[in-house]
Amino acid sequence: MKRTTIDLWVGIFVTIGFAAIVFLALKVGNLASLETRPSYRLDAEFDNIGGLKLRAPVKAAGVIVGRVEAIRLDPKNYEAVVTLRMDKEYQFSKDTIASILTSGLLGEVYIGLDAGGDPTMLADGGRIGKTQSAIVLEKLIGQFLFDKAASAPASAPGAPK
Amino acid sequence: MTSFATGMRRVGAGTLRAISRVGFAARFFIAVLLHTPAALRRIQLTAREIYFAGVLSLVVIMVSGLFVGMVLGLQGYDVLVKYGAGDSLGIFVGLSLVRELGPVVAGLLFASRAGSAITAEIGLMKTTEQLSAMEMMAVDPLARIVAPRFWGGVISMPLLAALFSAMGVFGAYIVGVRLIGVDDGTFWGNMQASIDFWPDVTNGIVKSIVFGMAVSLIAVFEGYDAHPTAEGVSAATTRTVVGGSLAILALDFVLTVFMFRGLGHT
Repeated sequence: MKRTTIDLWVGIFVTIGFAAIVFLALKVGNLASLETRPSYRLDAEFDNIGGLKLRAPVKAAGVIVGRVEAIRLDPKNYEAVVTLRMDKEYQFSKDTIASILTSGLLGEVYIGLDAGGDPTMLADGGRIGKTQSAIVLEKLIGQFLFDKAASAPASAPGAPK
Repeated sequence: MTSFATGMRRVGAGTLRAISRVGFAARFFIAVLLHTPAALRRIQLTAREIYFAGVLSLVVIMVSGLFVGMVLGLQGYDVLVKYGAGDSLGIFVGLSLVRELGPVVAGLLFASRAGSAITAEIGLMKTTEQLSAMEMMAVDPLARIVAPRFWGGVISMPLLAALFSAMGVFGAYIVGVRLIGVDDGTFWGNMQASIDFWPDVTNGIVKSIVFGMAVSLIAVFEGYDAHPTAEGVSAATTRTVVGGSLAILALDFVLTVFMFRGLGHT
């Protein structure tokens, strides 16, 4: 086979190989999304983050506006400090409420932001003051059962004595 | 009693032979690396080997990728829909292809399609004393024959694996979206939301490069080390396919342990 033909085929092969890598990066992966866009960071403290994971979405009105970048425990007050990496395009007011929510019963855990009315906006490195922790289902059920048990003997009909 | 002693002696001799073969392989690997500049200087030789190892494997890789993806689409949807998670089909297919199946299956195909050819070629060159003839002419067969084939394989492998994954995702798209009727936007959107370029796609690429090096090294080594007889070449070719495949699977486990251990998300 002639040298130029081989070169042509190798060129085609390398080109479509790299095209496949680009396809995997952009269409299958999410290289083009938030990572490269300008962003800023916000901190939020929660009593309990439940099942929140790194890279979980941050949503405002259901729209993804950022991702969870870091989760750590504040050693002084034992609260979870969650660092959010927010899209620069979206600014939030100082009195925004951050809550940890679950989409559906078994769905992913995400952080929901409810915008407030304060005219001053949160800057890079700012702290979201008002937060609402994750609802831990086991605790809720435990509380419910405890309440039931506490009120049962008094109201139960046909109880002895 | 003597038969027992003979058996022991045979086991010992076999072990020693295997260990010295490993030593020779390591020495050979370093020699190939040292001859890399010579192979890269004559890039035409390497391009030729990319043609034989990569371009000629294109069809088998792409068709297999397409079918693997289509099967993943069908089987994955069948299971996921039981848990009401049919929308996650894109995640399932994308992650399994990019992380595991792309590099591994493409590597296995590469070992049997290109690796065996390389071994047979070099082994036959040895049998017909072409390698000795080259040495007589002061042409180093390591630089002229072995190193270009090694690098041709190492360069081709990641590209083939990426193509395999891409075709697989496309196949799953055809089955999942076109035939079954998963929503188009959900399929791609969920996939993009849970697959990251770093570390998922890059780890797949690193894996395929490592597999390419392992299979190419085994292929050139077995060819170079083959007994210069017809049976010797056939046994070496078999060893390339078997050893290469096992090396890929074992390395895959080791790499996966390192790459995805303690990865919090997904």
